[in-house]
Amino acid sequence: MKIRDWRSVAFTGATGLATFCIVAMVVVILGNIVWDGAAQMSLRFIFGGTSEGMFDAQKAGVFPMIFGTVALVVLMTIGVVPVGVITAVYLTEYARHESLITRVIRGAINNLAGVPSIVFGLFGLGFFVQFVGGGIDKVFFGGQLHYAKPALIWAAATMAVLTLPVVIVATEEALRAVPHGFREGSLALGATKLETIWKVVLPQALPGILTGAILAVGRGAGEVAPIMFTGAAYYLAHLPKGPTDQFMHLGYHVFVLSTQSPDIERTKPILYGTVLVLLLLTFLLNLTAVLVRAGIRAKLRAANG
Amino acid sequence: MDNPVFHIEKLNFWYGAKQALFDVDVTIRPNQSTAFIGPSGCGKTTLLRCLNRMNDLIERTRVEGKIALHGQGLYAPEVDVIELRKRVGMVFQKSNPFPKSIFDNIAYGLRIQGVNSKNDLADRIEASLRKAALWDEVKDRLNDSAMALSGGQQQRLCIARAIAVEPEVLLMDEPCSALDPVATAKIEELIQDLKKEFTIVIVTHNMQQAARVSDHTAFFYLGKLVEFDVTTKIFTNPANKQTEDYVTGRFG
Amino acid sequence: MELHFDHELTHLKEMLLRMAALAEQSVADALKALVERDDELARKVDMEDVQLDRMEIDVDREGVQLIALRQPKAGDLRFIVVAMKVATELERIGDQAVTIAHRSRELASEPPVKPLVDIPQMAAIVQKMTHDVLDAFVYIKPDLAREVITRDNEVDKLREQVHRDLRNSWLKIHPRSPAPSTS
Repeated sequence: MKIRDWRSVAFTGATGLATFCIVAMVVVILGNIVWDGAAQMSLRFIFGGTSEGMFDAQKAGVFPMIFGTVALVVLMTIGVVPVGVITAVYLTEYARHESLITRVIRGAINNLAGVPSIVFGLFGLGFFVQFVGGGIDKVFFGGQLHYAKPALIWAAATMAVLTLPVVIVATEEALRAVPHGFREGSLALGATKLETIWKVVLPQALPGILTGAILAVGRGAGEVAPIMFTGAAYYLAHLPKGPTDQFMHLGYHVFVLSTQSPDIERTKPILYGTVLVLLLLTFLLNLTAVLVRAGIRAKLRAANG
Repeated sequence: MDNPVFHIEKLNFWYGAKQALFDVDVTIRPNQSTAFIGPSGCGKTTLLRCLNRMNDLIERTRVEGKIALHGQGLYAPEVDVIELRKRVGMVFQKSNPFPKSIFDNIAYGLRIQGVNSKNDLADRIEASLRKAALWDEVKDRLNDSAMALSGGQQQRLCIARAIAVEPEVLLMDEPCSALDPVATAKIEELIQDLKKEFTIVIVTHNMQQAARVSDHTAFFYLGKLVEFDVTTKIFTNPANKQTEDYVTGRFG
Repeated sequence: MELHFDHELTHLKEMLLRMAALAEQSVADALKALVERDDELARKVDMEDVQLDRMEIDVDREGVQLIALRQPKAGDLRFIVVAMKVATELERIGDQAVTIAHRSRELASEPPVKPLVDIPQMAAIVQKMTHDVLDAFVYIKPDLAREVITRDNEVDKLREQVHRDLRNSWLKIHPRSPAPSTS
């Protein structure tokens, strides 16, 4: 064989091997979870509550955790997407590219992306729960305790801050991908910058923005550290009724089960079952978002001819 | 000459530190087409984009001197750029229809101006598509995507979109450079018709096109206006040797 | 910057210069045929005229081709259009030379009237004018062109002189009857 040939064969082999390793790891992890968790799957498990016994594999249910996780993710998304999109729009369309403010904002976003999750938890506690919550209580409720405690809304806010960089970056990429010609054409017709962004640019960028939202949802459903002090609860007798209530959470429940359980062997099935449910839920949330994005992409492709 | 549309006087223009236009004096006459010609980088497109202040979109540009539209300075502080762009429309080198239906493309400018009734929109859209010589080709598929049209049709759509808002002036930045000869010929014919209703300023690197389509021609070189005269004179007996060299292809 | 087109224009100029040389030659030959009553030369002038006809067609064809294919402008365009007109005029010079040659054949059978002085002089001036004016056209010498125009006055004067001499000769022979028109 000629020298050129064996080099490319070796390289192809190496990349194939790497791909195989990655796929193998995913298969092993998922396989392990499905293997040990599938036995726990039952309607009672998914829809039952924790009133019977949290650590009893025959009686435990995770519905409150499912409800809490979904509620958290929904509130988080409502918070992070508008803020992230507006920031990205400012940075791409309005800010002067070399100005100090732009560089400061970008630096802040990059740093935010590097902050460890547990730090977000402490931040959420100190800022949202105590400062903002305390402030609201003082101003609106004359000192009565309504907001200055761990709550769904503060956990969602904390998660929103955590996932903000992802949404901003994805939106910026999507905005930059919109051809400049569209903006010029709109402005030349006498449209304002805002009209141009709202009517031409954002609709084109929508799939990219949704990608950012999907990435945020993925993190939001799984992170545990930021919600530990800001709203997740070890045990609640009832589902959260409003944003000021605490909530139970699938990821947090795994943590609880593994650290608080009296008999780890008996709890293990519940653990695996919870993890499996978490994975399935994340998968479902992602799938929904991906389908919505695909629908929008199809419409855009028709319009883009 | 009575009532020039644009009167450009001692215009100087900078991109950052680089000067692109030097003391340019040009007059644009109503209901005629004026061509800007010259080699690449001579400033013709820069000057065109000053006329509807599209250069404002570029950071760190500076203008000195005067451009007056019917006597009113374009760069005066009280000028509303949005209103200006409704009076001075533009067609670009690479056609840029929006990723919407043909109908919505032309309706875009009208809706911005507040025209919302379905009948008004339909009438004005048909009128502008007729003027752009595109009506017969698209009248049965107004709801189809504009991006499904051919290159030449897309450019005529952009022309229809620009004239739908009834501007006074139509600026054209090398409108045919991306099109095949047949499409180009159609648009050149169109320009001759449009002159009756609009004042046209066209930038072209195709001298033959300038000769075919314009009444007056301005020749630019390295940011300076070298010669500005009736098109016939520029192409049969230019006064300036540089113009003669450019026009006979002996440049550089 | 030199273009292929410039070579083509140079070729056209060379054609005109060759045509002018031939036109000059045919005038010279026609005069010699008249003065020396040479029948051979008279026939040579006929052949030169046929050649000039062909050269005019060639110049026209070349000019039309250049206009169609090269789309010349300004100076180039004006040159080509005028070149075609110049070729027409040079061809007419050939026709006039033929007329002189034919006349000289007829006159060769008659006794000579008087020694020819003015007419050969006219021919010499005209030849030089043809040569110089083509030089001025091809090499762009406007002052020379203007000067050639003034030489036409000399030719006019010589012509009037010839007519006066002929009228006087006629009156000497036929004192009372009016001289036939010599215009």
